[in-house]
Amino acid sequence: MFKAFLIKYGEIGIKGKNRHLFEDALIRQIKYALKPVEGEFQVTKEQGRIYIEALGAFDYDEALASLQCVFGIVGICPVVLAEDEGFEKLAEDVAAYMDSRYPDKRKTFKVETRRARKSYPLTSMEINAELGGRLLHTFPELKVDVHNPDIMLHVEIRKKINIYSETLPGPGGMPVGTNGKGMLLLSGGIDSPVAGYMIAKRGVKIDAVYFHAPPYTSERAKQKVVDLAKIVAKYAGPIYLKVVNFTDIQMYIYEKCPHEELTIIMRRYMMRIAEHFAKETNSLGLITGESIGQVASQTMQSLAATNEVCGIPVYRPLIGFDKQEIIAVSEKIGTYETSILPYEDCCTIFVAKHPVTKPNLKIIRRSETHLQEKIKEMVKTAIETAETIIVEADMDP
Amino acid sequence: MEAYFDNAATTRCSDGARDVMVRALSEDYGNPSSLHGKGMEGEKHIREARKNICRTLKAKETELVFTSGGTESNNLAILGAAMANRRAGMHLVTTKIEHPAVSAPMRFLEEQGFSVTWLDVDRDGLISLEQLRESITPETILVSIMYVNNEIGAVQPIQEAAEAIREKNPGALFHVDAIQAYGKYSIHPKKLGVDLLSASSHKIHGPKGAGFLYVKEKTKIKPIIFGGGQQKNMRSGTENVPGIAGLGQAAKEAYEMLQEKQEHLYQLKEAFLAGLADVEWAHPNGRTGRDSAPHIISLTVDGVRSEVLLHALEDRQVYVSAGSACASNKPAPSSTLQAIRAGKGALESTVRISFCPGNTLEEVEYCLGVLKEAVPQLQKFSRR
Repeated sequence: MFKAFLIKYGEIGIKGKNRHLFEDALIRQIKYALKPVEGEFQVTKEQGRIYIEALGAFDYDEALASLQCVFGIVGICPVVLAEDEGFEKLAEDVAAYMDSRYPDKRKTFKVETRRARKSYPLTSMEINAELGGRLLHTFPELKVDVHNPDIMLHVEIRKKINIYSETLPGPGGMPVGTNGKGMLLLSGGIDSPVAGYMIAKRGVKIDAVYFHAPPYTSERAKQKVVDLAKIVAKYAGPIYLKVVNFTDIQMYIYEKCPHEELTIIMRRYMMRIAEHFAKETNSLGLITGESIGQVASQTMQSLAATNEVCGIPVYRPLIGFDKQEIIAVSEKIGTYETSILPYEDCCTIFVAKHPVTKPNLKIIRRSETHLQEKIKEMVKTAIETAETIIVEADMDP
Repeated sequence: MEAYFDNAATTRCSDGARDVMVRALSEDYGNPSSLHGKGMEGEKHIREARKNICRTLKAKETELVFTSGGTESNNLAILGAAMANRRAGMHLVTTKIEHPAVSAPMRFLEEQGFSVTWLDVDRDGLISLEQLRESITPETILVSIMYVNNEIGAVQPIQEAAEAIREKNPGALFHVDAIQAYGKYSIHPKKLGVDLLSASSHKIHGPKGAGFLYVKEKTKIKPIIFGGGQQKNMRSGTENVPGIAGLGQAAKEAYEMLQEKQEHLYQLKEAFLAGLADVEWAHPNGRTGRDSAPHIISLTVDGVRSEVLLHALEDRQVYVSAGSACASNKPAPSSTLQAIRAGKGALESTVRISFCPGNTLEEVEYCLGVLKEAVPQLQKFSRR
């Protein structure tokens, strides 16, 4: 029955002179999201709203699900389109709409008309009154409440007439691409995909880097990361994923540095390499899934130690989240099931039984001097040999 | 060089099996239940397969049910026997080292009110006939014991077990999961005293998705899949003609020159173990002589986790299996290794090497070289 969607976008409406930039980005993201959906769509901007009309048959559920992944959308109103064939016909259409959408009529309602096409013979106030009256007559159980109605029935007189009364929630946030780009450190765990999602939600385009340690981590672990990136790409758009072979560096640290400092030093090198890629590809910050105190390498002291090597901001959107809260988001966005697949990631394989939880920066720096001989060359090699995978939401496995 | 030593997981389909499958797919594609000539051609493949397999088992052609593979064969045997005989008793006996395709239906039956005795095994993975005898009661309706264990290659005394069962309760059925044994040993269920016997196609160079259950005549079991009544109502569903044809051909080939093949497999196994005699980090689990399965070696490698070793070998085109699936966030140590009371080290650091007759001594030598190079390297970087 629905042939169109009206898109509500709260926050971006108030962006002053930049507003058209945000709207154009939102339209671009909507078109991108609808590309794999069965059917053809026309996306237009008119009078401060975005309007999606299906040209011919389309898959309603699929289209709705795709739109619910587009950041910047606050609400999605499924719209019934009616040809203008006189007021009598309109009244019938409105009654039919109410009848099919609300089988239980013990509700209050209000008709809210917008007459965009001023040539229509009745004014909006007249239409409100007339349609309201007729609905009350047809369905005696309905009641009018103009202040706080259960059903806000919108009738918009445009080229065609739009009838809608429901608003389904969108993900909120801002259209991806309106706030620069960030480099996500993506592992195979629960947290990092959620961190990427949350930053993308603020309009940031996402690139990602994954540290691979064969033979300690398997091809399946890498596939899992690609699969996670695919899910994040549903929201964030295409992701350039760098896969870095980290085995040699990890082994070298393992050989030369105290074991309980391994994770911290390893993470410092991950940050350095990620920052290199960020600068190379114009990312303005790093993004991690860290949350204070979750593990030894995420205490305030440890975060300070890893943060020290970064010259660009590190965004940690989950910093104040509990694990359960992170899991709730990962379940909502659909990454949880993939995240919990049991493959080793390179952070866990050599973990010490008692890693330092309050690393002393001076000591860490001194330990790193043991790496002087080869580490520069190793980092260079890791950067040069990194593989780039362009991850799209609908790419083949 | 490449060495595929994961033949207990699956094998390469033989050219002969593939060719007959292509014929069944492209030319003789009729539904065996169709009355016309095309249907006859499909049926012919099934008859041929039936004949070939029954020859290897010395069984009657009416005693074979084709299934979708080993798992279904085990399920049909256990659930089918339990359903058909529950009035005679609600007690079942099995071992602690069965494949999940046996232990999971057993556990399901426990939930349904049956009681199950789980027999212990010794450090070599062998059951005690004494304990078996003690476990059987007048209420026992089914005993299920695997022929060759898939993880450590332990071979159970099937014939003696059959005698023990018969002696204690002649009414109890005896099911044998022979998925790792069929094609490696000459198996005549009637002579062994076995009522139900499961086998799988893809372990013997046939295609995946096919298998059979031997059901001795007059054995009472009920179907677990219902529908069009194919295979005398025992297994409804249009027969997987290409799969069955491939299975039949593979079975025929497996039993050609069986003695020679068995000898060759033992030689590979002995060469492999001899090659590791001079290192102190390698420990085979269970028996390793000619009283163990010819094609399976379970090897614990000190200080290197299975998954890591597996991937390191994979880098040099040696393919083995992690004897214990042990990952950081989901530790699921092998029940077989637990049952033989292997230490914690073994649970984390065991790989399975499994041969097929196509493997060569050169491949074994190559694998030994790779192991001896990789293991000391990897041990340096074990978890401290």
